[in-house]
Amino acid sequence: MTAATPARTLPPLGGFSPTVVGLELRRMLRNRRTVIFMFVMPAVLLLLFANNAKYRSTSVGGGNITGYVMVSMAVYGAMLATTSGGAMVSVERAAGWSRQLRLTPLRPAAYIAVKLVLAMTTGLVSVIVAFAVGGAIGAQLPLHAWIECGLLAWVCALVFAAFGLFMGYLLPSENVMQILGPVLGVLSFAGGLFVPVDQLGHVFATIARFTPVYGVGEIARYPLVHDGSLWLGVLNVVAWTSVFATGAVWRFRRDTARV
Amino acid sequence: MSRRGRDERTTDVRPGFTTIEYMILTADAGSAARHSEHLAVDLDRLVKRFGAVTAVNGVSLQIRPGEVVALLGPNGAGKTSTIDILLGLSTPTGGQARVYGRPPHEAVALGLVSAVMQTGGLLKDYTIEETVRLTATLFGRGADAADEALERAGIADIRSRFVGKCSGGQQQRLRFAMALVPDPELLILDEPTTGMDVGGRHDFWSAIREDARSGRTVIFATHYLEEADAYADRVVFIRRGEVVADGTAAEVKALASGRTVRATLRGADEAALRGLPGVDSVDVRGDTVVVQARDADAVARHLLTRTDARDLEITARNLEQAFLALTGDDATDNGSNR
Repeated sequence: MTAATPARTLPPLGGFSPTVVGLELRRMLRNRRTVIFMFVMPAVLLLLFANNAKYRSTSVGGGNITGYVMVSMAVYGAMLATTSGGAMVSVERAAGWSRQLRLTPLRPAAYIAVKLVLAMTTGLVSVIVAFAVGGAIGAQLPLHAWIECGLLAWVCALVFAAFGLFMGYLLPSENVMQILGPVLGVLSFAGGLFVPVDQLGHVFATIARFTPVYGVGEIARYPLVHDGSLWLGVLNVVAWTSVFATGAVWRFRRDTARV
Repeated sequence: MSRRGRDERTTDVRPGFTTIEYMILTADAGSAARHSEHLAVDLDRLVKRFGAVTAVNGVSLQIRPGEVVALLGPNGAGKTSTIDILLGLSTPTGGQARVYGRPPHEAVALGLVSAVMQTGGLLKDYTIEETVRLTATLFGRGADAADEALERAGIADIRSRFVGKCSGGQQQRLRFAMALVPDPELLILDEPTTGMDVGGRHDFWSAIREDARSGRTVIFATHYLEEADAYADRVVFIRRGEVVADGTAAEVKALASGRTVRATLRGADEAALRGLPGVDSVDVRGDTVVVQARDADAVARHLLTRTDARDLEITARNLEQAFLALTGDDATDNGSNR
């Protein structure tokens, strides 16, 4: 056997490859519940909230309220998608798949990279779906805001990829998204994605500014409204990203340590 | 399993086996030393502790390339802990493990060693083919490696089936296919047929046996004596984290074929008993003498006619009993196995 065995080498990039991302993406999209959660729900909410003449005719910044709600829903969708992507690790740990992967050359960092690429890919699709639906029901934004709001909603959703990873390592549950779904709903509400926080009363509005969704919403809508405290939003996103990333790294180290 | 203060050697409390065991181990060490190239597995006084529990207590084991070795022992004997160290999944508390001359995690990453684990390790929303393809990709190998593994594991015909829809036996073959992907020099099977029916077990072993013809080194942990007997060139008994016997299947059978003669005898002449034909070992403890012999009748005749021995009993030993005696403290220890 030894004679016929090819030279043994390690795969490039620690095992990260487009083939792996492709297979993982296919598997993720196979889960109907995940697809509905990531792509359909934000679109349905957008239709429910913003598909009316009053919103279409009321202007905000350079666009209309339908456009404003659309950006919020894009943030919401991207958040659901990236959280789901990160939280996949919990299912894989529960199934013993993570342990199986340790019998391959896959580097832990490459595994995380696959999950992040996956989360960001589905996050992007979610933003595009929200924008397509928004465009169909008469959302209006200045051209630069379509692009900037979309990109910002997408990029800032990275904080939730870290959140998903952290929770995925923290909660060894088979159905981690059933726990995280309601949590994200509450956070989105507090973060002003469904109702502007100013309408919730002074005390609540003050608290809301410190919750993790608030910053992403503020930043993503900024190109449209040019209003609100951008630096506070940035501070919020940076702080929460560090918290979740630190948590994820901490749990990840514990998980992959050879005991 | 392991008790505190078990550091004193326990050889003298296992009458009847010490001599044989010692012979086998000596013979083994000799032939291992002749090997100039890398050993497939080289465990040197391996120790693994989990808090106060000692799972592996000084296991030294050399396995040469091409050997098919059974690790036999009850639950909690330290088989899985040893295997986890061999696969780089855990680090030993003491001692050293080398696989083809390398640290285990390196050997795993290079695909020198792979494993079929007992349970888990599969995602039910992948198909069989996708699971194997993913594994091949991670090892930097192409679709042809995946196809070959599917063929050799005998699951090419159900490649598009979802893992969640596969039977336990099919899932085990899938784990086998994944293990074949890197074309490993050493294949480790941790109780691979647990939960399979007789037919599934037979099919699985046929596939393994077919594969082992290529000269692959195989180590498998098992509860099933008949599996060890039928498929292993060498059987290693593990009990309480220690290797208590190690030999070829034939040697193990020889070990099991003897009978034990036990009698009450004051002031037994150990040397005289040892001189009797067919005696393997003699153990005198107070007024009790225990003789392990291939010719039990001769021993009994001697004891009853030439000495004052009384309460004499002769017990036959089959492989099952040898297994129990070697690996268990008592019957209940083994009875805990599913």
